[in-house]
Parts: sequence; structure tokens; C-alpha cells
Amino acid sequence: MVDLSTDCGGIKSPNPFWLASAPPTNSAYQVCKAFEAGWGGAVWKTIGAPVMNVVNRYAAIDYNGQKIIGLNNIELISDRSIEINLKEISETKKLWPERAVVASLMVESDRQIWHDIVKRTIDSGADGIELNYGCPHGMSERGMGSAVGQVPEYCSMITEWVTEVSTIPVIVKLTPNITDIRYPGRAAKKGGANAISLINTINTIMGVNLDTFEIEPSRGGKGGHGGYAGPAVKPIALHMVSEIARDPEINLPISAIGGISTWRDALEFILLGSSNVQVCTAAMHYGFRIIEDMIDGLTNWMEEKGFTSLDQVRGKALPNITSFGEMDLLYKAVAHIDEKKCIQCNLCYIACEDTAHQCIDLLPKDGKKQPTVREADCVGCRLCYIVCPVENCITMVRKENGGKPKTWNELVKELPQPMSLEDLRKFQHEHGIEIH
Amino acid sequence: MNNIAPKLSREQYEENFAELHPAFTPVAATAEANRCLYCFDSPCMKACPTHIDISTFIKKITTGNMKGSAKTILSSNWVALTCAKACPVNVLCEGACVYHAKGEEPIQIGRLQRYVMDWYVEKGMPQLFTPAPKNGKSVGIIGAGPSGLACAAELALMGYEAVIYEAKHVAGGLDTHGIAPYKMKQQDSLNEVKMVEKLGVTIKTGIRVGETISVNELVRKHDAIFLGVGLKTPTRLGIPGEELNGVHDALTFIEKVTTRKWNLVDVGKRVAVIGAGNTAIDAATEAKRLGAEKVVMLYRRSEKEMPAYEFEFELAKKDGIEFQFLTTPKRIFGNGKVEAVECLKMELGEKDSEGRRKPKPVPGSEFQIPIDMLIKSAGQNIEETFLSGIPGLKTADGVVVVNSETLQTTNNKFFAGGDCINGGKEVVNASADGKKAAHGIDNFIFGRGK
Ligand SMILES: Cc1cc2nc3c(=O)[nH]c(=O)nc-3n(C[C@H](O)[C@H](O)[C@H](O)COP(=O)(O)OP(=O)(O)OC[C@H]3O[C@@H](n4cnc5c(N)ncnc54)[C@H](O)[C@@H]3O)c2cc1C
Ligand SMILES: Cc1cc2nc3c(=O)[nH]c(=O)nc-3n(C[C@H](O)[C@H](O)[C@H](O)COP(=O)(O)O)c2cc1C
Ligand code: SF4
Ligand code: SF4
Ligand code: SF4
Repeated sequence: MVDLSTDCGGIKSPNPFWLASAPPTNSAYQVCKAFEAGWGGAVWKTIGAPVMNVVNRYAAIDYNGQKIIGLNNIELISDRSIEINLKEISETKKLWPERAVVASLMVESDRQIWHDIVKRTIDSGADGIELNYGCPHGMSERGMGSAVGQVPEYCSMITEWVTEVSTIPVIVKLTPNITDIRYPGRAAKKGGANAISLINTINTIMGVNLDTFEIEPSRGGKGGHGGYAGPAVKPIALHMVSEIARDPEINLPISAIGGISTWRDALEFILLGSSNVQVCTAAMHYGFRIIEDMIDGLTNWMEEKGFTSLDQVRGKALPNITSFGEMDLLYKAVAHIDEKKCIQCNLCYIACEDTAHQCIDLLPKDGKKQPTVREADCVGCRLCYIVCPVENCITMVRKENGGKPKTWNELVKELPQPMSLEDLRKFQHEHGIEIH
Repeated sequence: MNNIAPKLSREQYEENFAELHPAFTPVAATAEANRCLYCFDSPCMKACPTHIDISTFIKKITTGNMKGSAKTILSSNWVALTCAKACPVNVLCEGACVYHAKGEEPIQIGRLQRYVMDWYVEKGMPQLFTPAPKNGKSVGIIGAGPSGLACAAELALMGYEAVIYEAKHVAGGLDTHGIAPYKMKQQDSLNEVKMVEKLGVTIKTGIRVGETISVNELVRKHDAIFLGVGLKTPTRLGIPGEELNGVHDALTFIEKVTTRKWNLVDVGKRVAVIGAGNTAIDAATEAKRLGAEKVVMLYRRSEKEMPAYEFEFELAKKDGIEFQFLTTPKRIFGNGKVEAVECLKMELGEKDSEGRRKPKPVPGSEFQIPIDMLIKSAGQNIEETFLSGIPGLKTADGVVVVNSETLQTTNNKFFAGGDCINGGKEVVNASADGKKAAHGIDNFIFGRGK
């Protein structure tokens, strides 16, 4: 039997799929409907300071006929009152005791105001609190959201104000609009957080109208930056999650967010160390029903692989992340084209010829031209592999070089420092690597 | 004609002649265009007789550069709208698309080309090309079919005075008078004619060279002549009863159908079509769509030898056309009006020079098919009488002899292209020829190039 239940910093849920704090979790009506569909938890739409929204809040990038590869928004936090939100949280929790209901909070940077809202949240019966340090628009201009997340000192200070009165777990939600995500992560830890969630949205301008010169989407002629989410941000989120997961100073459970649309996406984050995942854009695109395949697909994968709990999976990919200095410089692979699969679109040829290393030839074959890799000159950059439209047509074939692996960090120790190009060339030459 | 099939309602006609390949919506066009792999040195481009840079024009659709896309298309093919709708794409560009090798549906190149050309027409066909300054030379073009139009357009662009002489009162050749209405509208062809005129080409309609004006006069007026005269109306079957009321030749019948005044075109309830080429199939399906109850095609060889394209054959079968293979008409019966056709069964004998097995009659196999209308479509020929009036012009195997590089005929002032040099191929071949001949002419007059 596969058990999908998770515990993130003390907040339990029957499966790892939570709705992220966003429009899908605006109200009790929506959250209850989501729970009915099967979602394991929900982080309520952020509540707190009074706000007023504008229209045309969203914009999306479509790519090659695919809708919403990335979604941008300038929605503020909940525009409903704190009272109504807490009341509905309370009602929802009573109806769904075994699902996780987390309140997302954002108020002015005032210790008393924070104390007050934390206490009221605890009284509502919520399972935990998420601190929104991420919202990159509107709220940040008022000194909240990412204005906090971008300054580690504020981050730890406010977290401390919350944890000093909270009796329920506190998750700190980080903004990716920062150079090194580990600093606010460490600050959250310092402030006593029980878990970290990331990423919030990324600052973006979605487009410029070529007729009116307005920013897309335009609100009465004006536009501006908003927060970017959806499938396009997943790789950024994967990296940031792995940074938090690998940092020995942090060592906190992670709730991963950013471009998660399927169980496969979710698994990648779990393999990089996250306890559970949160979803927004995918739900906004297709509705709550996507949870069915998320649970089903994950369960089937676990069964197939022989796992019974997510604890057996969590972090399994982390040991495979390393720094450049630890990679084997002598690992050799060259591109190989399977001529039986090749459809002769010549995309590999032109990519290599114009923008790589000129090592694919068009050789005559059966009255046509067959792209063929000149292995001796292939540097193994993998460009042809990524442009080829036919699955498994180009493979990167491992070439035995007979020698032992050598990393850059080892090489630095062996060669006289500062390293000269001549010494490096000599090393390369000894190992059959020629730079043209 | 006996038993004229009842006329249909306007709606029914429109439904029967609805487009086989309807226009893309913008979203669908972009999605399809994005599926194109943008192959380098693409096989689709090689397979198009006019070598349209297909991957480039499709890429431009994806970026919303419709004008650039139209220009890419037109710079290779002056009748690209007709081609987009009428080309047998599955044996040309789409047939060569690399997606076949991937086991997937090819890119719908024809429909995408149409999407761009429709846009261009809708925008009022803005000028995309700047003709070179006049070079003082003049070329006479005989025939305003696709080959003549393409040749004239290309010459006008190079600075020539280009004058087309067209026997009919409306230009466009078979693009206007031949292509099935469920493939394209006559108006599409007329738009294309307008486009060519906009480049500075003069089209004189209602002038049959050899009758209205002599070949000699043309030779005096122009520095070179292009022959884009196509083929002449079908040959006679040479069987008794051909003069009966209700016997039609396919092209005359088809020409009436292209006018889209379908209620004015009579068809019999029971129709026989003689032949099994693409034209015969068009005539049969058009008769059926006009309301004929039963249409049967008579072909003297077997299905295997049928000259029509596979997809045309499929279309006919879908339309409920019946096929009588190994059958030839012997005589047509009727009392003033057609009543029946007497046929003979055939069997295939030895192979002829082209490797096709020769059909021969089975003695005593006569049988009759009761019909009200008979449509003849048993091949077309070049206009020997007209062509023999051009001194030194050689024909062989039923086509005008040309140099395949320059399309110059054996009379060095005369060039030729289209159906009259290939015996009847496609619009796109005629278009490619017209352009090629324009360069052959330019080379002849100025001795440029090779
Ligand atoms: C019924 C039918 C359906 C077809 N359907 C398709 C199709 O779906 N797709 C496709 O690609 N191709 C199709 N074709 C073929 C295509 O129409 C021809 O290959 C093409 O039109 C040939 O072009 P052309 O310029 O050589 O000749 P034409 O189009 O035949 O034009 C010749 C012109 O020259 C004029 N002319 C002839 N003699 C003289 C003279 N002495 N003086 C002045 N003018 C003269 C004629 O009036 C005519 O307008 C079809 C053909 C037929 C008959
Ligand atoms: C393979 C690759 C190598 C790059 N190398 C450099 C580099 O050497 N110097 C640099 O300033 N940027 C480098 N960049 C970043 C690009 O200049 C550019 O800023 C980035 O790719 C974003 O632009 P894009 O979205 O158009 O790719 C590189 C990008 C790629 C894809
Ligand atoms: S990209 Fe792939 S399919 Fe295309 S030519 Fe190269 S190997 Fe063949
Ligand atoms: S002209 Fe005809 S063959 Fe050429 S690309 Fe267009 S549709 Fe295809
Ligand atoms: S062969 Fe097909 S995929 Fe390649 S450029 Fe042509 S249409 Fe596009």
C-alpha cells in the first residue's frame, strides 16, 4: 500500500498536494470544493492589510500554441476582511479536519500588529501559518511582501515576532527576486521558522503592445511589473529549492512551489528534498480536477518503483547535485545519429555548423543527404541532441578514455598556479582533447 | 436532354460545393505553423515545383509577419493562391514533409499558404515588389493561364513591357475556367489576375492570336513571344451518336460549373463520364454535386492504370460515383436526345511503349447503360493548327519542344511553358515554367546570365 501522507514542519496532510496561497484559495467555497476533489491541503489566500485591486490582473505567455507557459499577476492579498477570512478558515477546518489548512499572513511591519493577527489565526483553528515575504508588486511598495523577503534582517525579525507568540507551525515563504536564496532562508531559520516554502513569483514585464506601445496587460493605458509563475519558472524553482535543501545551516522542511502542473513535476521537487508541494497556475488553468491525476500518477509511480512512503523518495536526487569543480573533466561523450530514425530535417546540421563546432557533415546517402557526426571533432556540447525533433535519434554516446577521472578542483591542485593556458593545453593534449 | 435532374436549393448547392479544405482560423494556423520544424534545406521546398521557401513563410506566420510571409511565397510563385487551393499537395510539398518519416501527419502546407494568401487578398493585395525601371523591351505572351501570368509578372518586374493576349473574355486560363469549385472560387483566380495587372502587365482579352491578330504581327511588335496556350478542347471519341443532344465535353461542362451559377447548369439524372483522368473525375463529382442521381465512369483500362490521383479517386468514390473499369463506349443511342450508351468490355494485352498494358475489346461483350447525359473526357491535345503557323516551331509526342533550361522553342524568338510543353500537368508546373521562361527570355534579349 502506498502512503502519500506528509508532514511539513508539523503540518500533516493525507497527500503532498496543497493549493498555494492564491485566488484558488480565496474562500471557503473554493477550498471545500478543492478538498472534495482530493487536495491534501490549502494555504489560504494571504490575509492582512487592507488593499484595493485593479482590473486586468493577469497576463500569460503562450508558446507554440500552448496556452499559459507562464502566468503573470498583479493581484494583491485578499481584499476581503480578516474577520470573514478567519471565520471561513474556521468553518473549513471543522468540515475537513484531516486536511491541512494554513493561513497566509501579511501585515505592516509592526510587532503588535503581527502579534494580534497571529493570535486571531491560532483561534481560528488553522493548522499553521505561512508568512508571505514574496509578493513582488503592490505590497512590496508598501514595505511588505518581497520588501521583507529581500532583506534577511527584516526576514528574521518579523519571523521572530511571529514565532514568539505562535503555538502552531510557521512556514516562511521566500521571494526568488534575490541573488542568493540561502540568505533569506537562513534568516527564516534564525527567526525560528518551522519550514520554508518557495518560490513566490518572479518580477516580470509580460509584453509591450506594438500598436499602442502600452505594457501588457494595460490598465487604462498603464502597466508595470508583476509576478511570474507557471511552467516557465519550474527550473528556477527547482534550483532554489535544491539550494535551500542542501544548505547545512538551514536544514528545515520545504514546501516547494513554482511551475508544478503534474505529479512528475511534484516528484522532481520531492526528489530534491521538499516535503510537499503547492500548486497555483495549473489549478487556475484547468480547475481543481487536476488533482485526480496528480494523486493517481504519483501512486502508480511509487508502486512501480516499489516505494511505500514519500520519506523513501525525499531528497534522493540531492547527492547528484554538485558544483562545476567536482565534475569529471575527462568524461567523454560524442553525439551519435541513428540514421534509421533520422528524418533529415538537418536541424542538427545547421545548429552545429552555425553555432557550435562544425562537426556534422551532410554526406550523400541513397540520393539524399544524411547528417553524420565527425566524432573526432565533436566536443560533446549536446546542442544537436536538444534540437533534434525525433526522440532518441541523437544520443550522447559515452566514449571510454581509459584514464582516471579528473576534476577541476583536483587539476587546480596539480598544476602550477596561477594556471597558464600552456599547462592546461598540455594536460588536454595528454588526454586526447584538442581545442580548435 | 431527357430527364434533367431537378434543380437544388441555393443552400443545397452551397453545401454540395463547400470547400474541401476550409480556411484555418488564426489560432489553428499559428498552431499548425508552430508544428513546422523549420527544417534546414527542407525537402518540402525541393518538392514544390516553384520552390517556395516553405519553412520561411511558415516561420513568418508564427511571428505574425504576414506581409513578409506573402512576399516569400509570391517571390517564388505568382499564382500562389490558386496553388494553395488546387495543388495536389500530397504528391508535392506535403508529400515530402519530414513528418512522414516520423510517422506523423505532414504539415498542412497548402492550407497555411492559403491562410497567407487569403490575408493578402483581404488586405487589398498591397504592392510587395518594386518593378525595375523600364528597359525598353517588349514581350508578347499568348494565353492568360497560370504560365502566361507568371511569365508576364516576372518580366514586368524585370522592367519589360509585358502584354498578354487572351482568346477568352476572362483571363486566368483553367485557373478561372477549370478548377473545381469545391477547391477554389473563380474569384480567387480573378484576384490573382488583378495582382499580376498591378505589376504593370497589360492583359488584352478576347484576342485569339492566329485569328484576331496574326502571329507575324506579334513578332513585329515584340522582342520575344511566350506561348502559354495550354491544350485544346478534348478530342472527339469518334463513335456514332456523338452529335446527340446531351453529349457534352468535360471542359465546356466544367467551365459552366466554375461560374457558380449552378441552377443554370443542366445535368441528366443518369450520367456517364468517359475517361478516368483528373478532369473526368472533376466532371463526374461536379455532375453528382449538381444533383445527378447516378454517375458512372467508363474507363477502358483497369483501376491500376487509372491516371487520376489516388485522392481524386477516393473523393469520387466518397461522392458515390460508380466505376466501370475495362469498359469502352461503342455507340451512343438516342432519338435526338441521349438515351443509352452501348459499351464493350475490354481486357489488358501486351504492354505499350510506356509500359502500360494495352486494352483490347472482348468480342461479343456489348452491353447498354441507360443514361440521360454523357460527358467526354478522354484527353486533350496541343493546338496543332495554331502552332504549325509559327515558322520553325517543332512539336513532338504531342508537346511543344523546348530547351529544358531556358524553355526556348526551336524558333528562337518563341518560348513556351505550361500544359503545352508538358502535355497537361498542374497549375504549379505552369507557374514555375512561366517564371523560368521569363528568365530564358531575359537571357535571350540581353545575353545575361549563363
Ligand atoms: C478540369 C481541370 C481541372 C484541373 N484541376 C486542377 C487542380 O485542381 N489543380 C491543379 O494544379 N491543376 C489542375 N488542372 C490543370 C491546370 O489547370 C493546368 O495545368 C494549367 O492551367 C495549365 O496552365 P497553362 O497556362 O499552361 O494553360 P491554361 O490554363 O490552359 O491557359 C491557356 C490560356 O491560353 C489561351 N489561349 C489558347 N490559345 C490561344 C490563342 N491562340 N490566343 C490567345 N489565347 C489563347 C486559353 O484561352 C487559356 O486561357 C486542371 C485542369 C483541368 C482541365
Ligand atoms: C550557452 C550559453 C552561453 C552563454 N554564455 C554567456 C557568456 O559567456 N557571457 C554572457 O554575458 N552571457 C552568456 N550567456 C547569457 C546570454 O548572453 C543571455 O544573457 C541569456 O541567455 C538570456 O538571453 P536569452 O533568453 O535570449 O537566451 C550565455 C547563454 C547561453 C545560452
Ligand atoms: S536533427 Fe535529428 S532528425 Fe534532424 S537531421 Fe539531425 S539527426 Fe536527423
Ligand atoms: S505551390 Fe503548391 S506545391 Fe508549392 S508549396 Fe504551394 S501548395 Fe505546395
Ligand atoms: S519538411 Fe515539413 S516540417 Fe520541414 S520545413 Fe517543410 S513543412 Fe516544415
